[in-house]
Amino acid sequence: MRTTVQSDVSAYCLRLGDDALILAQRLVEWAARSPQIEEDVALANVALDLLGQARVLLARAGQLEGAGRDEDDLAFLREEPDFLNCQLVELDGGDFGRTMARLLLFSAWQVELYSALTRSTDEIVAGVAAKAVKEVTYHLDHARSWVVRLGDGTPESARRVQAGLDEVWPYSFELFEDDELVQDLASRGVAVLPSTLRAAWERTVGDVIDEARLAVPETTWRPAGGRRGLHTEAFGFLLAELQHLHRSHPGATW
Amino acid sequence: MTGAKDRVPTVGDLREVLAQVTDPELPFLSLADLGVLRDVRVDDRGHVVVELTPTYSGCPALEAMRDDVVTALAAYGCQHVEVRTVLLPAWSTDDLSEDGRRKLAAAGVAPPSGGRPVLVSLGPTRARSTALTCPQCGSTQTEELSRFAATSCQSLWRCLACREPFPHFKAV
Repeated sequence: MRTTVQSDVSAYCLRLGDDALILAQRLVEWAARSPQIEEDVALANVALDLLGQARVLLARAGQLEGAGRDEDDLAFLREEPDFLNCQLVELDGGDFGRTMARLLLFSAWQVELYSALTRSTDEIVAGVAAKAVKEVTYHLDHARSWVVRLGDGTPESARRVQAGLDEVWPYSFELFEDDELVQDLASRGVAVLPSTLRAAWERTVGDVIDEARLAVPETTWRPAGGRRGLHTEAFGFLLAELQHLHRSHPGATW
Repeated sequence: MTGAKDRVPTVGDLREVLAQVTDPELPFLSLADLGVLRDVRVDDRGHVVVELTPTYSGCPALEAMRDDVVTALAAYGCQHVEVRTVLLPAWSTDDLSEDGRRKLAAAGVAPPSGGRPVLVSLGPTRARSTALTCPQCGSTQTEELSRFAATSCQSLWRCLACREPFPHFKAV
């Protein structure tokens, strides 16, 4: 029999795994369309790291759920409201400036998250975190160098990266929301309370925004709901592309 | 080589067989050189258990390695082989053997240079990292072109002396 704790840890792994899976899908949209060939390779590599994190986390979620679903079933056969990723990762990538602004906000959060989760009492979560913290440090470094390059670049590049930052910023608040599930898991040492990551994240992101001569967006709008399966308009289209092949040709292999 | 059918293989025999299995993307490195071969043992049922650890979470080479391990051990006569993936402790470039480092350099890949990924202060276009030694000409006048290259574990550099680009096995 599955305990409540097991199903909570399963849901937590889904949240983090879905974040990684969905951003990986958004990033590979740049393959062969990036401003330079090194960037095709870089974004595909970042996506590959995220996909690797997602696979282990989804497999763990399926194992704890105990209903016989594996990582592929969870990635390809769930419907939109079953995905628990934050809305930030599903937003349309927009131009390169917006893509890099989002990667900055998300990677800075992942660095804090995974650093803390290396001490998780769940062995798989701790294992993913120990590996991933090194990977996402490279991702943050990459996003940071581009945001600075664009922000402190030409008037046009600065205008566009600021616009991208303004568009994605409201979605960053969701990353730091505590709810009953994480509060309970944090008290058991499995999860980390998202609200405790905010101060370090603000310092990291604030420093980059300063260095890039950009402005921290001001907003009172704080959309949320991804963790409960509420998603934005862009998400259905993303999912259709992600799941189409698997659903049209069940069991297809290379 | 005597096969496993004739007698119970020792861990030493199995390691010798696995020494022939290489990284599909860096074929001059064995899995042991790379440091991803964590354990080889024979369990009480006589099954061979091999533990591998990934270099990067998404490294697609891991699946090829798993298949190659099974194939190599099957050719040696081991019928029951179980390959497990272990995540902890996380692989780091410190796990590369000295032999592995030499083989990387000989193949034109600059071996990892000690440090961990740290957030360095970045210039507007290029990351300012500690210069590496060019594996082609030995010059230390080198610069990083991209943090990400042909495989997850490498970055792309160029030598300012001989003008040749070269991959670097980045430190994690």
